Amino acid sequence: MINIGEILQTIEMIDQQNLDIRTITMGISLRDCSHPDIKKSCDKIYDKITTLAGRLVETGEEIEREFGIPIVNKRISVTPLALVAESSDGDDFVPFALALERAAKEVGVNFIGGFSALVHKGFTKGDRKLIASIPEALARTERVCSSVNVATTRAGINMDAVRLMGETILKCAHATSEAGGIACAKLVVFANAVEDNPFMAGAFHGTGEPECVINVGVSGPGVVHMALKSCAGEPFDVVAETIKKTAFKITRMGQLVAREASKRLGVPFGVVDLSLAPTPAIGDSVADILEEMGLESVGTHGTTAALALLNDAVKKGGVMASGHVGGLSGAFIPVSEDAGMIRAVNRGSLSIDKLEAMTCVCSVGLDMIAVPGDTPAGTISAIIADEAAIGVINNKTTAVRIIPVPGKTVGDSVDFGGLLGKASVMPVNQFSSDAFISRGGRIPAPLNSLRN
Amino acid sequence: MRAIVTVIGKDRVGIIAAICSVLAKNGVNVLDISQTVLQEYFTMMMLVDLSGCEKTFAELTRVLNEEGEREGLSVRIQREDIFKAMHRI
Repeated sequence: MINIGEILQTIEMIDQQNLDIRTITMGISLRDCSHPDIKKSCDKIYDKITTLAGRLVETGEEIEREFGIPIVNKRISVTPLALVAESSDGDDFVPFALALERAAKEVGVNFIGGFSALVHKGFTKGDRKLIASIPEALARTERVCSSVNVATTRAGINMDAVRLMGETILKCAHATSEAGGIACAKLVVFANAVEDNPFMAGAFHGTGEPECVINVGVSGPGVVHMALKSCAGEPFDVVAETIKKTAFKITRMGQLVAREASKRLGVPFGVVDLSLAPTPAIGDSVADILEEMGLESVGTHGTTAALALLNDAVKKGGVMASGHVGGLSGAFIPVSEDAGMIRAVNRGSLSIDKLEAMTCVCSVGLDMIAVPGDTPAGTISAIIADEAAIGVINNKTTAVRIIPVPGKTVGDSVDFGGLLGKASVMPVNQFSSDAFISRGGRIPAPLNSLRN
Repeated sequence: MRAIVTVIGKDRVGIIAAICSVLAKNGVNVLDISQTVLQEYFTMMMLVDLSGCEKTFAELTRVLNEEGEREGLSVRIQREDIFKAMHRI
């Protein structure tokens, strides 16, 4: 029998510490939606999504009510669209994004991910068309998210793609200049992208995935923060143990909800993603956890070590709580979406360089970072190349989601609203990387890719 | 289906009676009750069986919430599974 203390602990986590299921994401394969006629292909896509995901939001809400745990987002990820759209006529893939948007609106999800291309070793014709369509696609839609994988440990880094994505990010910013360049917040450039990530903006339904699947992302930085408050001054052994125990409890919620959603929707359960995902809400911050460990302000010396401990302990605690763990699984550090990170940027303790170091030990990468609107494409590409190198060499996923905010400069701030939060524009290095980026070609796969 | 009803509010006469009469009216069987008073706050949890309840979970939640509002109490009902999942291996 569960005792009253345990019941109150669960309720307190939900009520006061922002424990929630961050997302139930339905992955849908669109591989059978190709058609030479672009309009027919778009119709097939719309029909398939609205059929399979028709009850997703309603089911999520039912579970929310019965278990008394908030499920913040219900979302959809689809097969990387370049694979589906490639056989269609025409050079413009924007109609596919509009079809995704209509389907997302119809079923009531707030984001749909998968306007994506995987180009880590090179481009197909469809990949090029898709990437060329990204700025307009993201400017004309609200819910569509896009991602491009430019590197893997096995293939190395496609520097032509890195260059192209730097330019594409600038185009996205210009296409949405009156909204602070918000299209860039829906575009992720990956190295070692995963096929079953439930989190946006980088979710897509990989080619090794089944027809339809349910993946769940949990959250709960506030719960971990509160638990750490009870071990002030204790050695790191105690800190790590406390995080593990808390992560276990959080993940069990995810596992329960994932199983329940899978059962009710008649769709197989894929994975629980163990990420600690912050939101702009007060008390839902990863930065607060790091500061609770004894750092005066996130970004100061010691931050990387603190984050490494946190990331590892979350995985150790979470992995036993779930039958299948996958996705990105690690602590996220999206700057604009974390009140503590924004505070640190504003008081000058957190720089892009430190964030880059932090991405070596956590998931996922330079995430939701605003930079000056006049940042050259070559510099953005070079930032992507650095992140890709970290991912490729360390066998991990890294990503860049960066917003060159039109008309803004260092110290200005921009509000994207809702979960995307509010960012202060951070300085980038003023020396040029253009000659480096203009070389193009591929950075070969590292020695550690040869594992057979 | 089994669920946990939690009731939190300022302690006074008749809280258990008020909640239990709503449950009884709706065919909900109480399997176990545990209660405590922390400072002046009354905290009660009940393990209940919903198999005889004709209302849907959402409707039962609504009537319990309404009773809570009338009595100035925070009343919630959640499926037992969430607590088991979190606190038992």
